[in-house]
Amino acid sequence: MPDNFAAGFSEDAHSESHNPALLHHFAEPQQQRDAASLGMWVFLATEVMFFGGLFCAYLIYRRWYFGDFAAASKSINMGLGATNTAVLICSSLTVVLAVWAAQTARRTLLLISLAITMLLGLTFLGIKGIEYREKFVEHHVPGASFSFENEPIPGHPGQFANPRHAQLFFSLYFVMTGLHALHMIIGLGIFLWLFIMAWKGRFTPEWHTPVEIGGLYWHFVDIVWIYLFPLLYLIDRHP
Amino acid sequence: MSMSTAIPQPTIPHPVERENYLNKEYGVWSWLLTTDHKRIALLYLLSITFFFFIGGFFALLIRLELLTPAGDLVQADTYNKLFTMHGMVMVFFFLIPSIPAVLGNFLVPLMIGAKDLAFPRINLLSWYLYIIGGVMMLHCMLTGGVDTGWTFYAPFSTSFTNTKIVEAGLAIFVAGFSSILTGLNFVVTIHRMRAPGMTWSRLPLFIWAHYATSIIQLLGTPVIAVTIVLVAAERALHLGIFDPKLGGDPLLFQHLFWFYSHPAVYIMILPAMGVVTEIIACFSRKRIFGYSFVAFSSIAIAVFGFLVWAHHMFVAGISIYSALVFSFLSYAVALPSAIKVFNWTATLYKGSIHYDAPMLYAFGFLGLFTIGGLTGLFLSALGINVHVTDTYFVVAHFHYIMVGGAVMGYLGGMHFWWPKISGRLYPEGWARLAALIVFIGFNLTFFPQFLLGYMGMPRRYYDYSHMPEFQVLNVLSTAGATVLGVGYLLPMIYFLWSMRYGKPASDNPWNAAGLEWKTASPPPTFNFDEEPVVTWEAYNYEQLDAPHKEEVPVAR
Amino acid sequence: MLNNFPLWPEQASTMAAHVDALYIFLLIVTGMMSLLVFACLIFFAARFRHRPGVPAEQIEGSTALEITWSAIPFLIFMVIFAWGAIVFFKERTPPADATEVYVVAKQWMWKVEHAEGQREINELHVPVGRDVKLIMTSQDVIHSFYIPAFRIKQDVLPGRYTVEWFRATKPGVYHLFCAEYCGTQHSGMVGDIVVQEPAQYEAWINGGSTGPLSATGEKIFAELGCVTCHRSDTQGRGPNLQGVFGMPVQLEDGRTVTADENYVRECILDPGAKRVKGFQPIMPTFQGLVSEEQVNALVAYIKSLSAAKPGNAGEKNKTSASSTAPAQPNGSQVQ
Repeated sequence: MPDNFAAGFSEDAHSESHNPALLHHFAEPQQQRDAASLGMWVFLATEVMFFGGLFCAYLIYRRWYFGDFAAASKSINMGLGATNTAVLICSSLTVVLAVWAAQTARRTLLLISLAITMLLGLTFLGIKGIEYREKFVEHHVPGASFSFENEPIPGHPGQFANPRHAQLFFSLYFVMTGLHALHMIIGLGIFLWLFIMAWKGRFTPEWHTPVEIGGLYWHFVDIVWIYLFPLLYLIDRHP
Repeated sequence: MSMSTAIPQPTIPHPVERENYLNKEYGVWSWLLTTDHKRIALLYLLSITFFFFIGGFFALLIRLELLTPAGDLVQADTYNKLFTMHGMVMVFFFLIPSIPAVLGNFLVPLMIGAKDLAFPRINLLSWYLYIIGGVMMLHCMLTGGVDTGWTFYAPFSTSFTNTKIVEAGLAIFVAGFSSILTGLNFVVTIHRMRAPGMTWSRLPLFIWAHYATSIIQLLGTPVIAVTIVLVAAERALHLGIFDPKLGGDPLLFQHLFWFYSHPAVYIMILPAMGVVTEIIACFSRKRIFGYSFVAFSSIAIAVFGFLVWAHHMFVAGISIYSALVFSFLSYAVALPSAIKVFNWTATLYKGSIHYDAPMLYAFGFLGLFTIGGLTGLFLSALGINVHVTDTYFVVAHFHYIMVGGAVMGYLGGMHFWWPKISGRLYPEGWARLAALIVFIGFNLTFFPQFLLGYMGMPRRYYDYSHMPEFQVLNVLSTAGATVLGVGYLLPMIYFLWSMRYGKPASDNPWNAAGLEWKTASPPPTFNFDEEPVVTWEAYNYEQLDAPHKEEVPVAR
Repeated sequence: MLNNFPLWPEQASTMAAHVDALYIFLLIVTGMMSLLVFACLIFFAARFRHRPGVPAEQIEGSTALEITWSAIPFLIFMVIFAWGAIVFFKERTPPADATEVYVVAKQWMWKVEHAEGQREINELHVPVGRDVKLIMTSQDVIHSFYIPAFRIKQDVLPGRYTVEWFRATKPGVYHLFCAEYCGTQHSGMVGDIVVQEPAQYEAWINGGSTGPLSATGEKIFAELGCVTCHRSDTQGRGPNLQGVFGMPVQLEDGRTVTADENYVRECILDPGAKRVKGFQPIMPTFQGLVSEEQVNALVAYIKSLSAAKPGNAGEKNKTSASSTAPAQPNGSQVQ
């Protein structure tokens, strides 16, 4: 690229200015690291607002149609959802391991951690796929073939859920988990790229910023799920 | 014409052959793959000007239709598409990027003494996202367009229109991402890349304004992004979130939409306020009156701007109590803007005022923004709002702010920094004439619309044959629009002319304060030959004018 | 074109004078504020024009001045806010015994039905000097019922009722506009409000022969079989609807709501949502089986079961629109 990596202001540089990873417009590596970190945190703030709008819509309808939403929530697979929660929490652990490995020049551990993270992410998506298929088979996908007749409202014997309101639940369910899954897929792409970079030995204790900010992103996707799971799967569940 | 006295130039104009960001490299790819914030700013300049023409063309057709009460120029559906596309193009592809993406991109690193923005490649990505969104929008318009109004309310947009909502929505989504990334870049840059000695309280107020704007871009845009996703999901996948037949609430759409779209108007005006602050300080030759108040008022506008969205919904079916709260908060958000106007005016007091074109645009801004802002007080009054909402009163109000305010600010800024950007001086006489034509044309176009609105003419009407008494004011408005159009064409012509034939500019033709004026015009690719170390306060005009107490030099 | 060039809308309702008074106050206040600012601008621009040898005086600021020109505008803003709120309250609070008219909006026409049964399209006849309350809903998209001469406007929504009211003060014909963009013929969705002298109005209203809306509703009530469960004694499987309208209702889930237009409508279209305490959840839904006009007729009928004589709702000590029940979600509060 034309303008990158050219010389800085003056020739007397700090020794780090010869660090190939230092971009030309930064005065020193710490500034570059701080900028990258702040950038990712700011980006995650925008993601909070993005999902926030959805959560708002969901919370409003849930308050209005609590019984119908509880009935609909009962019909999604809590077991699979809980498994996915465990999968993601484990993946956050492997991400932390990856960052530590990068900080301490443990290349093998770094590669293994990144690989297992990706594997766990794929597992998450696979389980999600199974859930979606279940919903499709049960005709709980909103649209022309949606059907939710004679589903009792938990805790209110003899009362059945309004299928139209249940359809709202499922619409939100698919949009929210779908967008989350999309973010997960992007995360997998990011980690694949990190894996390739790590394989080529690009990360050192002095410079492993992509691992750190990639890790931040992954943790965020994890946290979104930690909110999604109880909100969607655990409405009014009783033992 | 009598201009300022002859200038003892502080520095000698450099010969044009000196290496700068424009002549460093030639060739299309050196531009399309650049990561230099200054080149990216020019890429944006070209693209937003293109969209300004498109949006302006639609406006012309709208005003032509409204010359006569009957709908006789275009069909109803076409007219509905015209005002929709005018709004979408002007808001998302012109106004929101304009000052931040052109002047902000160019000046933020220069003003804080940095070599570039924090993330130059993301800056380029930002421009490409804007272009992709723009191409999608163009394609959408060319293949049928959208007819929902730029506000695309549900359930009309989700269940009743046959036009290309999903495509237009995705175009805006992509352009919104561009906006988010620009905001992200600015926030990180301002936090982390200031030169030594450039403390927060020494920052030019242009920077404070862009910082506040970036906060809004970052926190607000994602909400309209998700709203667009929901509308697209409802249309394409039948996931009815807003469908009343399913128990969905059309008002939920409005809340989500306005939660972004109200702060969006502050994205459009705050940068212009920043520009005007710089211009007034320079052409009064003094520090802005009340620096901290002006700086914090920008932040206050950003914060309060997020709390007033439902003042667009007073008659939409919200409760009386909601309406009361939002009306009250709307008066609260008016206060910081009023404070700015008073501070700008006070800056003129005991100044040494020059009337160059940038300052004429700043004066125009002050007048028009004041009127626009004051009419906001009308709209925030619940009792009045019921009568004038959804009428031309609102149309006049927001055009006074967005065109009379933001566009005047943009033009003023383009004139002020043109020598820095291009290394050339624009022709001052033509520029002053253009400023005057814009001011007159603007008032003629939009003032009658206040009257039309109170009379009861609703918005988005292409046929008013039931109310022929509205024709006179409409004709005045259209006449004004043609004058306004001429006023906008002039700068485009003479800016282009100046790139070839304009006088070469010195480093600091205005003898203005600010780090950007301490480097060459145009600047070298890495902005400064040596990293600046700042030891003076912002707007140090006393120091700048001190050596020349006899003659205070400005431009020419 | 030039002989009809008004610059101010007619005042034809009691609200119009209130709104205009506030508007004129605002014109004066903002006029003065802008004159003040412009005068300073022009004066300073001229007086402090650059003169050689006269440098600018650097003035940092003045906290006292900042506070002053923040506090004074804020006080003025609060006055405007309060005045606007008062006018708004009046405008949003229909009088207790207002005559009710049902409005159904659809792309692109206004369908009006008087309680007496008279139907109109794109026209609304009212007598001068009488309080009229419009109970409105939409069949499709959002519309807005706007009468500039009365200074009133209210969005009309699908899926719920919204309400606006007025008292006309001058006979004449006034514009009715749809003020919320609704598609192709949005600008064609206009009509006339015909305000007549009481005698003329009586003649007009008695010219129709469809019978009162509530009688239509009674017929529908029988035809759809509502009467089998909603008997006029305590033996029915559904609540007795005599005297129910406008009164508080205890729900199965513990909440208490007011039986206003939106509640009745919701019961017909979505019976499970707010089930009455002590009754089984067996009422079927009539969504898709009744038109908006039929729902309006049923609502009118159920209202008539509470009124010994017309316009009696005032005796219940509340109006159906300004109910003091907690604002319900789902728009069941008719605001």
